[in-house]
Amino acid sequence: MGYPHPTHPKETPVLSKHFGDAGARTFDGWVQRGGYAALRKALGMTPEAIIEEVKGSGLRGRGGAGFPTGLKWSFMPKGDGKPHYLVCNADESEPGTFKDREIMRWTPHQLIEGCAIAAYAIGAERCYIYIRGEFTEPLRVMTAAVAEAYAQGALGADVFGSGKRLDIVIHRGAGAYICGEETAMMNSIEGRRGNPRIKPPFPAQAGLFAMPTTINNVETLASVPHILNRGGAWYKGLCLSNPKSTGTKLISVCGHVQRPGNYEITMGTSMKELLFDMCGGMKPGRTLKAVIPGGSSVPIMTAAETETCLLDYEGVVACGSMLGSAGMIVMDDSTDMVYQIWRLARFYAHESCAQCTQCREGTAWTTKILERILAGKGKQSDLDLLLSLSENMTGKTICVLSDSCAAPIVSGIQKFRPEFDAYLSGARQPALAMA
Amino acid sequence: MTERVSVTIDGAQVSVPKGTSIIEAAKQAGVLIPHYCYHPSLPSPAVCRMCLVEVEKAPKLMPACVTTVTDGQVVHTNSLPAKQAREGVLEFLLANHPLDCPICDQAGECELQDYTFQEGRAAGRHDDYPKRYNPVEDFGPDVLYVPNRCILCTRCVRFMDDVAEDGVLCVSERGDRATIGIFPDRELDHPWAGNVVDLCPVGSLISKDFLHKARAWDLDRTASVCPGCTQGCNITIDTRDNTVVRLRPRANLEVNRHFMCDEGRMHYRWMNRGDRLESPSVLEGDQRRAVGWDTALERLGQMVRGGAGTAVVLASGRASLESLGWLSRLLGRYQVTAAVQVPMGDEAPLAGVPGLALRAERAPNLQGARVLGYDAPWASALAAAGKASLVVLLDVSLTEAEAAGLAGAGNVVVLGTVESGAGARAGLVLPVTTMAEEHGTWMNCDGRVQRYQQAKAPPGMAQPAWWVAAGAMATIDASADTPGSAAEAFAALGAHWPALAGLSYQDLGLSGRIAMPAMAEAAR
Repeated sequence: MGYPHPTHPKETPVLSKHFGDAGARTFDGWVQRGGYAALRKALGMTPEAIIEEVKGSGLRGRGGAGFPTGLKWSFMPKGDGKPHYLVCNADESEPGTFKDREIMRWTPHQLIEGCAIAAYAIGAERCYIYIRGEFTEPLRVMTAAVAEAYAQGALGADVFGSGKRLDIVIHRGAGAYICGEETAMMNSIEGRRGNPRIKPPFPAQAGLFAMPTTINNVETLASVPHILNRGGAWYKGLCLSNPKSTGTKLISVCGHVQRPGNYEITMGTSMKELLFDMCGGMKPGRTLKAVIPGGSSVPIMTAAETETCLLDYEGVVACGSMLGSAGMIVMDDSTDMVYQIWRLARFYAHESCAQCTQCREGTAWTTKILERILAGKGKQSDLDLLLSLSENMTGKTICVLSDSCAAPIVSGIQKFRPEFDAYLSGARQPALAMA
Repeated sequence: MTERVSVTIDGAQVSVPKGTSIIEAAKQAGVLIPHYCYHPSLPSPAVCRMCLVEVEKAPKLMPACVTTVTDGQVVHTNSLPAKQAREGVLEFLLANHPLDCPICDQAGECELQDYTFQEGRAAGRHDDYPKRYNPVEDFGPDVLYVPNRCILCTRCVRFMDDVAEDGVLCVSERGDRATIGIFPDRELDHPWAGNVVDLCPVGSLISKDFLHKARAWDLDRTASVCPGCTQGCNITIDTRDNTVVRLRPRANLEVNRHFMCDEGRMHYRWMNRGDRLESPSVLEGDQRRAVGWDTALERLGQMVRGGAGTAVVLASGRASLESLGWLSRLLGRYQVTAAVQVPMGDEAPLAGVPGLALRAERAPNLQGARVLGYDAPWASALAAAGKASLVVLLDVSLTEAEAAGLAGAGNVVVLGTVESGAGARAGLVLPVTTMAEEHGTWMNCDGRVQRYQQAKAPPGMAQPAWWVAAGAMATIDASADTPGSAAEAFAALGAHWPALAGLSYQDLGLSGRIAMPAMAEAAR
């Protein structure tokens, strides 16, 4: 990954090759490192050819859902006479995830180039980059880079003399987690409250300002120039396990490992290799207890489940969780799982947009029950109550925030029940004082 | 012809136009799917998640309010997953909803109460958590917001945004701290703002005017029409022990959808006036003497029978078609100048519903009066009255100067509800009913004839004006057909005024009928 640690031999640095290299931030620096060749090449291709190349690469959405990118682009209507929009989701707010931040901090032109190619492919003349409000440094870097790209003709009315127009507008979020949900993000850009929208209509039919819109994650877009430069077949070849998961993936590892940070792996690398070779394993004297592999919204894995886990979309599902945004939260045996689950639930309760009943009330209620358990005032029936409420919170709302709150609760109770029982029986001292 | 699709909802097959939502299709199958945020006159956000139903072949439960029907679809609204989902929503809604039903105005007509009773959990699982608390807020001239009862369905926000197009309300905060907010320095003072109280499915938005006045289950409800202006919004008159306590909109998709304006709501007040004329009286010398109806009708008959030349009728714009029509017939032997009194006010359209407005002409039967020949300008009719051999005043209020202008008239007859300026010089004063005390019809500005029904008993001996006119005619010609009911009085009008030919109370139903299609067309 290059920053703050040197790249590990087992990594495959593509996106992260220039992390830590301040020279890559400027337009000239980026061009010297091979930048903008892909955009120039793309401008000589038809949009259809670009989409075919991306389809052929097997690239899937890196924001969490893993939807095939080329297919998503192909949903955009053709010749409809309406303005099309590209939205770059840079609202990276999933707890445990910090890969997009590094892409923007170190290689802003990598993202701008990806945006420009994608916009051209989907027929958009305007791209919004929605940057998380707390990302002050990435915002500063991106703003400077966009200004430079305009000055150098990579953006504007006539991109590199091709006659194509592309404007990039940087939109700064205001700190709501839910605005990372694509339809809430569109509302936010439009100046409305960041509430997720009902689908259908899907963004490709009626998205931003009710116009056909494609929303892609930072990492997805940043991968596009490499695919054009080196070919879809090359990218597709970056695969160690399931052929449906291709390319490289930035994994943000945080928590109880020796060297937390971003690691760029080839799809299908084993989780064990990542945690114990690249990240240096647990701290001395500690053992692995649990991993939340894909940002806080996915089920918790036990140490045993991580043993055989291969890091790609299918591999993590096979082990009971999801790759998600690949924000990996690693917990060793010193971790109080009940406390961690409460902390996650509290996050969701704070961030629920309040539209759907189950989410608005359920996230807050489950948090209160967990708080009571941690305060030593729980009841035996509380675990069944939590499971029942979680069931009512799953699969019933407009977006998946409610499901995301329920997932760690359910998996936590199923997999770490003795820790809950210890609080309920009084065997463990209360961890929280309750008012 | 719109394409139709056939769906099966809880075993009943219905055919509905393509694009219909499951929730509306279900209504046609006789199934009411419980819901909170959905309202047929508002855009659907699908946020309450109460209307989740099972649709065969769908991977998960679908919100019935925004899911459109497809041909051959099979929907189960009462399957176990659907019922469990609703039970879950109700439980979540009650997590923060105070159980203060005994002091809540909405109790008895509360959708949260109803559905909880119908299918909520028998016992709560909330234990002793303190509920969210926020103080009551004053939103505007007639609206209080009780945030603790709010279930965040956002009907009020959507009404103000999309229907009133005066977006002063919003959702503030997130998660379970969320409440409805009002913009700083703004009030909920739009002329149609009171609708948010009706739209609120719980007791969160409440009317200051109605606050703690009556319990919903004690009210008698009567289908009626707003007496406020020529729009003719359909309303319900709610009475308690013969006292009107509020007016509420009654759905009529072609007139007022589900709405009425705030000014219209306040018309209930005069319906409860205590200073009413209660018995007929005659002027003998300068003494006024109360008489029975036989004497009064006889006296009126004598005046009319003996009269000739010019008569002037000055009528209220609230007088019914029946009363105006029978009064005209009574005066058939005269050369009649007839006018209605039309108070004027500001027009206040409801932006999101084309053709719906508080109209400047505050006279619900102005159009009907014109059709029946009450079309003289008010000022000229008033001038003519000073020289007429007979002047009939039907529930009008005259200024002192106007009343003084009648000095030169021959006979003056007052059919009134309250003392009016002209009463003192009237040879005959006859107590008549208000629209709340009689059955009748009006024609609105689009040519739609609409019925209103009797909501309360008339005071004393007051009778509908058509009854008075028909009764007086009977004293002149005993062989004449005399209507025994408002329905008969109405049915008889068609023989004299072609616009009303063939109409009956039965056809009009409670949503009315366009009697003059050309006019409705022109209004569009």
